[in-house]
Formats: sequence, C-alpha cells, structure tokens
Amino acid sequence: MSTQPIIVSASPHVHSDRTSKKLMYDVIIALSPAFLVSIYVFGLGALIVTSVAIASCVLFEYLIQKYLLKTAVTITDGSALLTGILLAFNLPSNLPIWMVIVGGLVAIGVAKLSFGGLGFNIFNPALVGRVFLLVSFPVQMTMWPTAIENNTNVVDAVTGATSLGVIKEGLQYGDTMTEISSRIPSAIDMLFGFTGGSLGEMSALALLLGGLYLIFRKVISWHIPVMVLMTMAVMTGVFWALDPEHYANPIIHILSGGAILGAFYMATDLVTSPMTKKGMIIFAIGIGIITVVIRLFGAYPEGVSFAILIMNAFVPLINKYFKPRRFGSKIKAKIV
Amino acid sequence: MSESVLYSVFLLVSLGSIAAIVLYVVSKKFYVYEDPLIAEVEDLLPAANCAGCGSPGCKSFAEKLVATEDISNLFCPVGGNDVMKLVAEVLGKEVAEKDPTLAVVRCQGGCDVRPKTTEYQGPRSCAISAMIYSGETDCQYGCLGDGDCVTVCKFDAMYMDEATGLPVVISDKCTSCGACVEACPRDIIEMRPKNKRDLKVFVGCLNEDKAGIAKKACDVACIGCSKCQDICPKDAVTMINNLAYIDPAICTLCRKCVEVCPTHSIIETNFPPKKVKKETPKVEAKVESENIKTDA
Amino acid sequence: MLKTFPKGGIHPPENKLTSAKSIKKMPVPKMVYVPISQHIGIPSEIIVNVKDKVEIGQVIAKSGGFVSSNVHSPVAGVVTKLDKIIDTSGYKKQCIVIRTDAKNESNFEEIDYPLKKDITMEPKDILQRINDYGIVGLGGATFPSHVKLSVKEGTVLDHLIINGVECEPYLTADHRLMLEKAEEILVGIKILMHALHIDKAIIGIENNKKDAIDIFKKLTVNDSGIKVAALQVKYPQGGEKQLVRAILNREVPKNGLPLDVGVIVHNVGTIFAIYQAIQHNKPLIERVVTVTGKKLENASNYWVKIGTPISDLVNEVGGLPEGTRKIVNGGPMMGKAIKNLDVPVTKGTSGILVISEDEASRGEPKNCIRCGECVEVCPMGLEPHLLMNLSEKGMYEKAGSEDIMTCIECGSCSYVCPSHRPLLDYIRFGKTIVKKLNTVKN
Repeated sequence: MSTQPIIVSASPHVHSDRTSKKLMYDVIIALSPAFLVSIYVFGLGALIVTSVAIASCVLFEYLIQKYLLKTAVTITDGSALLTGILLAFNLPSNLPIWMVIVGGLVAIGVAKLSFGGLGFNIFNPALVGRVFLLVSFPVQMTMWPTAIENNTNVVDAVTGATSLGVIKEGLQYGDTMTEISSRIPSAIDMLFGFTGGSLGEMSALALLLGGLYLIFRKVISWHIPVMVLMTMAVMTGVFWALDPEHYANPIIHILSGGAILGAFYMATDLVTSPMTKKGMIIFAIGIGIITVVIRLFGAYPEGVSFAILIMNAFVPLINKYFKPRRFGSKIKAKIV
Repeated sequence: MSESVLYSVFLLVSLGSIAAIVLYVVSKKFYVYEDPLIAEVEDLLPAANCAGCGSPGCKSFAEKLVATEDISNLFCPVGGNDVMKLVAEVLGKEVAEKDPTLAVVRCQGGCDVRPKTTEYQGPRSCAISAMIYSGETDCQYGCLGDGDCVTVCKFDAMYMDEATGLPVVISDKCTSCGACVEACPRDIIEMRPKNKRDLKVFVGCLNEDKAGIAKKACDVACIGCSKCQDICPKDAVTMINNLAYIDPAICTLCRKCVEVCPTHSIIETNFPPKKVKKETPKVEAKVESENIKTDA
Repeated sequence: MLKTFPKGGIHPPENKLTSAKSIKKMPVPKMVYVPISQHIGIPSEIIVNVKDKVEIGQVIAKSGGFVSSNVHSPVAGVVTKLDKIIDTSGYKKQCIVIRTDAKNESNFEEIDYPLKKDITMEPKDILQRINDYGIVGLGGATFPSHVKLSVKEGTVLDHLIINGVECEPYLTADHRLMLEKAEEILVGIKILMHALHIDKAIIGIENNKKDAIDIFKKLTVNDSGIKVAALQVKYPQGGEKQLVRAILNREVPKNGLPLDVGVIVHNVGTIFAIYQAIQHNKPLIERVVTVTGKKLENASNYWVKIGTPISDLVNEVGGLPEGTRKIVNGGPMMGKAIKNLDVPVTKGTSGILVISEDEASRGEPKNCIRCGECVEVCPMGLEPHLLMNLSEKGMYEKAGSEDIMTCIECGSCSYVCPSHRPLLDYIRFGKTIVKKLNTVKN
C-alpha cells in the first residue's frame, strides 16, 4: 500500500483538464496576432503601453490583495494579465505612461477587486479602466498616432482621429459621405490595420483570426460576437440604404473602431456575459443596438465600450429571465 | 428678486404640505394594530435572533409569547430564567423555571489520539462530509473536525482548537441556544446543566463499537468496560451499546468514574487540583501514549 | 446522425481498458460479507442466526417491505457473525458474515446453463419470482425491480427500453455481458415483454460498442418486436430520462417517471439476472464487475459473488499498484470512493476503479468565473452554479424553486468546471435538506 492515506471524495472522480487559468492564457494567445500587428504599425509605443498596462494591473492586484484586502494573492491565474492586455488594446499607443497606470488602477482596484475579485465583477475591468480614462482625459484618449510606414520614428508620429472620428466630424460640418470617404482609409487598409485607432483595434483580420481560435478552442461561443456584428451590420445597413450620403456603410462600421475587438474579446468576457445561449443573444443584440445608436446619434464617434458596459449591467437581469429550459417542464402533449 | 424668493418658499411649502397629507392618509389607511405588549416583550428579549427558542427571531417569539395562553413550555435559552421572569411579569402568565445549561463537546478524539486513515477532499463542512462517509478516521461516531458548530455559533462561544482539531466551547460566552447541537451531524454536542463554578463530569465519547475496534480507532474511546458503572455510588451511569452515559440529573460530581476509566474518556473540568497525586498519573499516561505513537 | 439527447452532456475520455477482456469467474471467496441493505428502500430483515448452515441461494434476509428486496446467500457455508462493517455508503452497516464451506461442491460448480428459450411462466408468477429472487436494478441505482415492474392497472405502456448504454468511462461489465450472453438477454427481454404485455422493446447501445450493436442486430433481424438503437457516445445517456429522450424522443415530465410516457427502462444486467431467475431458478447472488484502473496490470471483468470483499478482487488483478490514492466502487462519474478494501461487493457494484495519484486529487477550488459551462452541460437544464451558491448560503427554499430536486447527480457540472468548484457536493447536500423540508411541509 502507498504511504499516504487513500482519498475519499464525492463523485465525480475525474475532471476535465480545462482550468480557468488555461482559458485566460488561450485568450492571451488569441490576442497575440493583433498585438504583433500593432507593434508593426505603432512601433515601440505599442510595446511600452502594453507592458506598462500589464505590469500595473498585475502589480496593483498583488498590492491590493496582499496589503489592503489581506486575502490570497491570485496574480498567477492570468486574469490580471489579460485585463492589462485588453486595457492596453483600448488605449492609444502614445498615451502618457502615468495615465496607463491610472487606467490599470481603476481597472483592477475599482472594477475588479472592490467587487470581490475574479468572478464577482459586474463590469468588464479593462473597459471600466478605458472609459474612466476616456472621460477623464478626452484629449489624450482621442488623439491617435496615425499608421506609420517606418515604425522607428514613433516620437514624430502624426496624431489624428480615427475613421469614425473623421466621419462624425465631417457629417457635423455638413459634408456628404462621398466627400468624407476620400479622407478615411480604405476597407482593405482597415482589414489589415493601416489605420488610426487604439492599440489593439487596428487589424480586423488579426483580431478575427484570434477570435476564430477562441471559438475553435471553445473558450467562447459564436453567439456573442456574431450577434453583435450582425446587429450592427443590419442596423447601420438600414440607415445606409435609406440615406447613403449621411450614413457610413456597414463595412466601415464593422471594420473600424473597436467593433471586432469588442465583439470577440470584451463582450465575451466570461465573467460579465450571460450564462445561457439565449441570454447571450439578447446581450449581444443589446450591445449592437447601443453601439450603433451612440455612433450615429451620440456625441462620441465610438460606442462599443459604453455599449458593453451598459449591457454588462443588464447581465444579472438577463440571467434571471433567460434560464435554460428545465428538462421535462412545459411538455406540450404526451407523445404516446 | 423677491418674487423668486417668494416663489420658491411657496413651492417648498406646498410640496411639504402635499407630502404631509399623503403620508397622513397612507398611515391612517394602512394602519395595522399591533398589541403594544409585543413590543414590550420584545424589548425584554435579548435581541440575539438566534432561534434557540424555536422561533425564527426574537420578534416572532415575542408574538408567540403574547398569543399563547400557557407559556410554561416556551423558553428563551439566551435570556434564561431572569428574562423569562420579567416576561412573565409583563404578561401576567406563569413560566417554568429551567436549570441553565451549557454546550459540551462529547468527543476528545483529537489528531494525536485518533489517527487519520483516509483523506477527505471536498467542501470543509461536517454536514457535507458526513453525507459521503464516516470521516477521515476509523471512528464513525466522533467529531469530523470541519467546524460546522463554530460556524453556526452566533455568540463566538466556540472555536476550533488547532492542536487537536476539535471544537471548544467557551463556557462564559455560551448561551445554550442549541444551534451547535442542531448543526452537528454526529450529535456530539450535548446541552448539560451548568453547575456551580462550571464543574462538569461527562463521558467524552460516543463510540458504540466493541472495545477492540473502538480502541484501535481512538486512544481515548469509551470501550464499554462498565468500570464507571460499577463504581458509581448513585447509579448515574448507564451503558447502552458499549457506551457509557452519565445522567447529569443524578450525577453528584464525585469523580470516582474519572479515576477508574482506563481510556480517560470521562472528562472532568474546572475542578480545583487539590489532590496532586491524582493528577500526576493521568498526565504521565498521556505522555506515554504520545511516545508510543511517535515511536510507531 | 446517431440518436442522442439534445441538451447538455459531456464526453469524458472513455478509457474502456477492459472491453476486450472476457468475463472470468472470480475464485470463491473464503468469507463473504453480505450487507442487508444493498438496494434503495427499506433494509431487509435478517432471518438467520450465527452458526446456521446456509445453502447457496438460500434467503438469508427477507424483504422488509414493498420497496425492499430479499437477500440470498451467495455461497454455501456457515454464518459466523452478524456484524457491522463499512459498506459503500461509508458507514458501518449490518452485514451477514458467512464462512464458505470449502468442502461443499455447490460452491465450486461451473454452472454454464444451456440457453433456455421457452417461456413457460405466467406473467403474475414472473413478477413474483423477480420479487422473491432479490432482483434489483444492476445499473447502479439498485432500485428493486419488482417495484419498477408493478404497473398500475390502466397505465398505457408501449415500450420496454433496455439500457445497454454504459456511458460511464472505464466500465465494461455491461458491454461484455452483452457480447457473451446476447441470446440470454434477448430471452430475458421476451420474458419481460411477456410479463408486461408489451410488444415493443428497444435496446439502446452507445456507438463505442459496435460489436454489441452488431450482435443484437444480427440476432433480432427476424424479430419485429425487438429493435436495436445505436446511440451517439455521450454521458449521461445511461440516465433513464436521457435514454428515453434519446431513443423515443419522449420527455419524461419533471418529477415524473418513464412510466408517465409509457416506457419502462431496465439495464441489461438486470435483464440477464431476470433471465437466470426465471429460466434457471437462480437468485441474484453474483454479478459482473469490471476491475479496472490505468495502473492495474490485469484489469478485467469478473463474475463476482455478492459479498466478496473488494480486497479479494484487487488481489486477483495483482494487488494495488504503487501510488494508488483512490478506490472507487462504480464508475468515475457516479461511483463512490470507498474507505478501505474491506468493503464488500454488493448488487450495485458495477466496477472497481483504482485511481492513482495524478488523477485522484481534486483541484483547489477557485472563484466561479461565470463561464456558464455547467449550465451548458447540465442534461436537466439546471443552473448548477446557482444551485451551489444557494445551498452554500443556506437558501434552500429558493434552491427548491430552482428545481434542485430534479438533479440526477450525474456530475457533468463538476467535471467541466474550470475553477474546480465542488458543484455537485453542494447540490447533493442542498437536495437532502430540500427533501427534508419538503417532507416536513407535507
């Protein structure tokens, strides 16, 4: 007999090898192509912002858990790391370092740990950090370096607005879409990432690649991303079809801004999205609608982050009213 | 200028009046008569809401006290006889006097005397592990050591002794609400009368196994040898299923049984150590048994 | 597309290590320890005394009520003790200890009965025989079979479903039995069809047992009454409700039984036991047990006498391997970890699984990350994460209204949880409390 006593526990006695840690690292793997694209496009700035965001998130989690809350430190589970990456992906690559650190503090300290840590937060921490910065420092947060061909002279990079910003501004001045379209990058450029914008939302293609990996690995299900993008496409499509001179076409809407990043990586955050597939679809449609409403009629050119945060608040309600169908309940008729 | 001042004064006054009228009407309309006695009785109760009386809280107990004709079998264990007497005065009813009681833990199978033969994995809760099996040791009657009793105690009157892994009752804090008795899946905790100076003599074991099996599982198990029963001058000891039980109503705390018990499974507490002779061999015996264990 | 149940389910590694090992006869044990409570319901009453001589198949404890079962002596020998020993429940329970008479030849007879096809018994007698001969559900639930078969007058009953799914990983007892005793099982099915006046029977087998499917298909080619349904491999398809849903597309109502949709489900093992009881007058005194484990050298399937200590089985396959940390009575998903090797084999023991260090330990539970995976895999459409929280926080009434009582304890939620949360532990606990509350209420 072995020296150690035998273990007695309740069934089941086998477990799948999925762990929450592995899920987190899968998301990180999925984000890497987009990260490489942004390093290629923005150069050193992207690297600096990302590493500072990661370091501050992990460090704040450690410090708060160890000295303030005096609980077990959970920085190894990869969730703080992921929050850091996602936060960085939502920031301009030339944001002052101290602002990135503040973002990290808000994301981890306010949005995550004050709610009770991983699994208890209502709102997506990275987005809370981002929105906090956006509201506090609107100027710095909306001046993006434009894509540069030669990625060494990051300091001299010209700052400008994103395509969505350009469209919004142009429409406000009374320009038509035909006039504006010459001022924004082509759809192909947007697909590959040669456009202005936050660090991680550059290349729709790279993000899609990672998103497909996540669906393939069953980390996320297709319901949220597909439904978000579909709702956006349908809604913007309707407006575009009615008045193509005053509304951008759906392709621009989907490829630009954080639509894909939000749909695949932020809205699908396990903690802050609904539990059931039915709930996920409602949640995703809500995000799509709010995003389009903000983009078309709101003051901000971009609305994905706000939309996700607003829908995050509805998740408990969605979970309550969209329960899975209980086996054997509400059977129509005896089938004998 | 003065106009706007007058305007705001008027607005606020009328708002306030409307609110006052609404509040008045609502409070009249939805007024519920409550016997003022209930509030009076509730004030007397300890407001611990421990449910030791059987009612979910002090308020509902007060309602019950007021509503029931004969309250002689209702009792607030936390307030004790003093509170019940006051309640009786207020209500003009008779209450029965009860002897104050105290929770005692009838198991002393700590880690050092009761070896673990298996390892339990799962939620650390006695109720849950008791569902799965008889516990980590070979004794299926003893303490599971996961501290459900400590968790339910609302008076901080219990704690888990880290050295032995057993719960300990702090006699001064125990209000005998009985929550721990309910919580223990092994029924180890018993309410016994609180004697003067907190003197206690009781069998610290519930093992009903035969001598050999019991002794093998735990060094301090009651092996059912009946020596205590034979020596007891008052016949306070009963033997059922290889297990001794001392009836607190009969026991005179003479402690003769404590001395004869070969496995030291009878516990005495708070007796002054007047006879040094008696204490010494017991301590030695314990040390001895520990030595044997470490050697093995 | 193969049939299966639509909602939930998992597919753990099958690990059917012993599916090619034919069933061997376990040597007759020197001592047998026969618990008197091997079935769900009222424990049986002991009717023998110490030093009594008992014959093989003699009733030693008689049924204690309607939901109870007779217990028969698995060997010829002498009752040495009426003792309490630890059984699969983890507690000491009353047992009858019998020393095998080494001289009595009936103990060692190789009884390979010839196939007997003609059914001569009357339906009423068949049910009585099943009751008398101590037959209980051998799939693991050990529900007395005669109770299941006691159909009230007027109940519409059109299908008998034979559960040959064996969806638990590792276990191959039913699989081997189907391969080796296919014809007997078919006779058993016909006995039940005759007894219940049903003319349709379907054998449900998962597609990882193609050989068994083939055998039954071949044997039932000319039989219009009995069909074989090949099912997609998915756990917990062996659950009655899931099986009925998979095969007949009928959903058993909440808190209902398969009977409510006109179906009776029996395990193949039970069917074989019924065949032996009716055709060969043999009570339920032995069963097929898979003794398995990744580290075991001679993992195999055995015919084992009820009451054989598990240590005998382990010795037969070469002893416990180094580093064994857990021994499970049953399959890895629903079996019970046993406390020591003295636990005897009972009517519900479908396998003995020896698990080594690397698989035995549970992961440290972490915070729920609300991934919804447990909701996704729950075959009953429940929300395990919610039920666990409710029962942890003591909100039992709410747990009851969230249908905690419909949980079939399949363990899929605990299996998939990426945070290793003890979901089923708490749900099971909540169920016992809710059950208690419900009985108080009524």
